[in-house]
Amino acid sequence: MRLSWWKYLCMILLAYDVVGGLLLPVPELPQLQETIRNLYYHVCMWFAMMILLTASVVHSIRYLSSLDPSHDTRAREYATVGILLGLLGYATGAIWAAYTWADPNNPAYASFGSIVREPKLIGAAMAILAYLAYFVLRDSMPEPERRARVSAVYNVFAYAMLFPSIWIVPRLLPSLHPGQEGNPALNFNDIDARMRSVFYPAVIGWTLLGVWIASLRIRISSIEEKKIEA
Amino acid sequence: MRWNAVILLMRKDMLLEARQRHAFYGVLLYILSTVFVLYLTMEGPEADTWSALFWVTQLFVCINAVAKAFLQESRGRMLYFHTVVSPSEFILAKMAYNLLLMSLMNAASLVLFIAFMGDPTTDALRFAGISWLGSAGLSLVFTMLAAIAAKALQQASLMAILGFPLILPQLLLLMRLSKTAFGEGFASSSPTEVVLLLLALDTAVALLSLILFPFLWKD
Repeated sequence: MRLSWWKYLCMILLAYDVVGGLLLPVPELPQLQETIRNLYYHVCMWFAMMILLTASVVHSIRYLSSLDPSHDTRAREYATVGILLGLLGYATGAIWAAYTWADPNNPAYASFGSIVREPKLIGAAMAILAYLAYFVLRDSMPEPERRARVSAVYNVFAYAMLFPSIWIVPRLLPSLHPGQEGNPALNFNDIDARMRSVFYPAVIGWTLLGVWIASLRIRISSIEEKKIEA
Repeated sequence: MRWNAVILLMRKDMLLEARQRHAFYGVLLYILSTVFVLYLTMEGPEADTWSALFWVTQLFVCINAVAKAFLQESRGRMLYFHTVVSPSEFILAKMAYNLLLMSLMNAASLVLFIAFMGDPTTDALRFAGISWLGSAGLSLVFTMLAAIAAKALQQASLMAILGFPLILPQLLLLMRLSKTAFGEGFASSSPTEVVLLLLALDTAVALLSLILFPFLWKD
């Protein structure tokens, strides 16, 4: 089995992320304690999601300028994997919030209503809902050519509407979530040097894993399309 | 871009509206019955509830009023427009017309809300301005979404699914902005900043529609 170099890189980085993320020393903060290690997984999910959704939009734009159906397949698969990472980001965030934000006097689910109001969570929910709507829109059109064109238009429109609001709205509303003044963990001052050495490779690793999954799915669907044509 | 073509297309929509009045009065009646149901189910709501109900009503009114912008055009008529106007003229006319329609509907729902549900605002004029800004944003976003949904099956329900996540940030900003008209303080940023942000969003939506609509247009 021969794999391209970036697939080996992906495996090495993720192995480092899992081992180093759990074992390397982290700063001791009274609120977070050891849960701070979730930064290596939770925040990476969101980064990888945004990068993959951006890839999806780029392919939609390229579809509109070239009308080449392979770009449409790519746009769809990158969006699928992006949504998967978004849901994982929700799951890891929920675990984190259960230890840090939830009211310890009540069962964790009793805090659900107040936690979901978080602007950052609203932004993430909007992205996931918009892309689920993208898939519903795709399925509502039987003709492949029209489906590709109309869904590419929606993809570009949704992306252009969503992403400014994901960055803008949280800065206008009060929030418990870190990163009120900028992008959490990207800023050099608010993340410890020891953590940076794990965090940045982890972002690259998870993004590469997403691209890997998407590329397999793209190949499967191109084989399926050939089978239909044959 | 020929401006007189845009104006002619708008006039055509208005004439159609004036002749087959069922659509226009249908939406007005929709507002009236919604407000009446709200009036019967709750007595004198507090400012927060009042504002939330008002914005949710606006959202559904907008979907109803704007949805037919593209649905009413038959295939044959679209083909005809295709031969006489450019796509940017067509979408611009639709957006301008829907903006006008939603401004009227906005005024109507504001009057009905104040008449039936009381007036919790400390500065009614300011709230009228904010609600007009909101209706402008709603009508622009949903015009483009109606154009997208018109290409798919099950158009009406699809429009709501496509639109809700995209309009949510604007609605949040508007609700936050509305608090200034209810005599409440403003938490972090200044109201002018939010107004400018909303205007910038509206401009972005209009530009995006102008760029993207030509791709929907050719069939």
